[in-house]
Amino acid sequence: MLCKKNQGETTNTLKAESESLKAKLEEERAKLHDVELHQVAEKIDALGQFVMKTRRTLKGHGNKVLCMDWCRDKRRIVSSSQDGKVIVWDAYTTNKEHAVTMPCTWVMACAYAPSGCAVACGGLDNKCSVYPLSLDKNENLAAKKKSVAMHTNYLSSCSFTNSDMQILTSSGDGTCALWDVESGQLLQSFHGHSADVLSLDLAPSETGNTFVSGGCDKKANVWDMRSGQNVQSFETHESDINNVKYYPSGDAFATGSDDATCRLYDLRADREVAIYSKDSIIFGASSVDFSLSGRLLFAGYNDYTINVWDVLKGTRVAILFGHENRVSTVRVSPDGTAFCSGSWDNTLRIWA
Amino acid sequence: MHSYMVSKMSSKMVGSNNLAHARRMVQQLRVEASIERIKVSKASADLMRYCGENAKYDPLLTGIPASENPFKDKKPCIIL
Repeated sequence: MLCKKNQGETTNTLKAESESLKAKLEEERAKLHDVELHQVAEKIDALGQFVMKTRRTLKGHGNKVLCMDWCRDKRRIVSSSQDGKVIVWDAYTTNKEHAVTMPCTWVMACAYAPSGCAVACGGLDNKCSVYPLSLDKNENLAAKKKSVAMHTNYLSSCSFTNSDMQILTSSGDGTCALWDVESGQLLQSFHGHSADVLSLDLAPSETGNTFVSGGCDKKANVWDMRSGQNVQSFETHESDINNVKYYPSGDAFATGSDDATCRLYDLRADREVAIYSKDSIIFGASSVDFSLSGRLLFAGYNDYTINVWDVLKGTRVAILFGHENRVSTVRVSPDGTAFCSGSWDNTLRIWA
Repeated sequence: MHSYMVSKMSSKMVGSNNLAHARRMVQQLRVEASIERIKVSKASADLMRYCGENAKYDPLLTGIPASENPFKDKKPCIIL
């Protein structure tokens, strides 16, 4: 057992090494910062005027919509609400196909399974549960519910991996975790955030087994799913990161934060490469998503608006009004023909 | 610029946690320091190229006609 003197020296030596590593990292990153993204983008044409309108309004939730996800069939949507309800909609017709009442309020997370045959959800119950979707409309979905994930604080986000067999979760307990759906077994846990993790996103399948998470410690962390290792970390936001989303190529990711900015981080340059902000935007950005080519970034804000940004030039190309309360979630459809927004005004809107 | 909260976090820990924590931080920094990085100019060019190559497949960017977008169609088919 080390005596106090030895412990003190070792801690100091380690601290000194930390400081020296940090300085070296800053130096290495600075060497490669030869230009800004928006400067390189000056040579491409500016985008024209955008006309995007609400094409469908999905009404039925009795309270704030907190989360939504698209089915891979490009027409179905699952949404979850503060009132404990999870609804599956046909976005083309606005019909409700399934509804489940969760045993808790504030269902902050929901996700569609890749097969389209199940949905996952959770929130203040600290769990992530999977509900197989029945073709029989009269069947009680709650009867077939499977509890998969168990955290020690609220579930903030969940996502199936490339199959229905595994789910990745993030939690107010500061961790992310990978679970086997069938057995409920914890396959890997991810420690490194020092506060609630609010969001996660899986890298596009071509780029390998990584995911990014963001949280109340203002950090965005990139993780290796197999080893549980935090491979990269970014800390430039000035407040909570509410949402993280990969750029479609997998080489970058965007964040939305309570500091009223959205930012773009390039993984190979290992730094922030763009900030999407305006003096007039003072409310937090709750949710972000890219259009199919990655040129547009849709961001929902707490001031009830959705701002559309030119990702490369860093300018805003449209403001969308319509919601009557905070926009809590924004997701582009799998074929990129529309995007869906969910709001504290209890509705979801499809825009195109 | 990256600002590490490491020193703030360390000062909040007490006792023998200090040593374990300091070791973890050094370990983590070593991992982060070891990755290979590219210049922002190259990274930017790659992002721009991806956008350019995929622009024509991006309906929200290029705007596809109402007749091809199921959400823009004002008269959805009703299957009787």
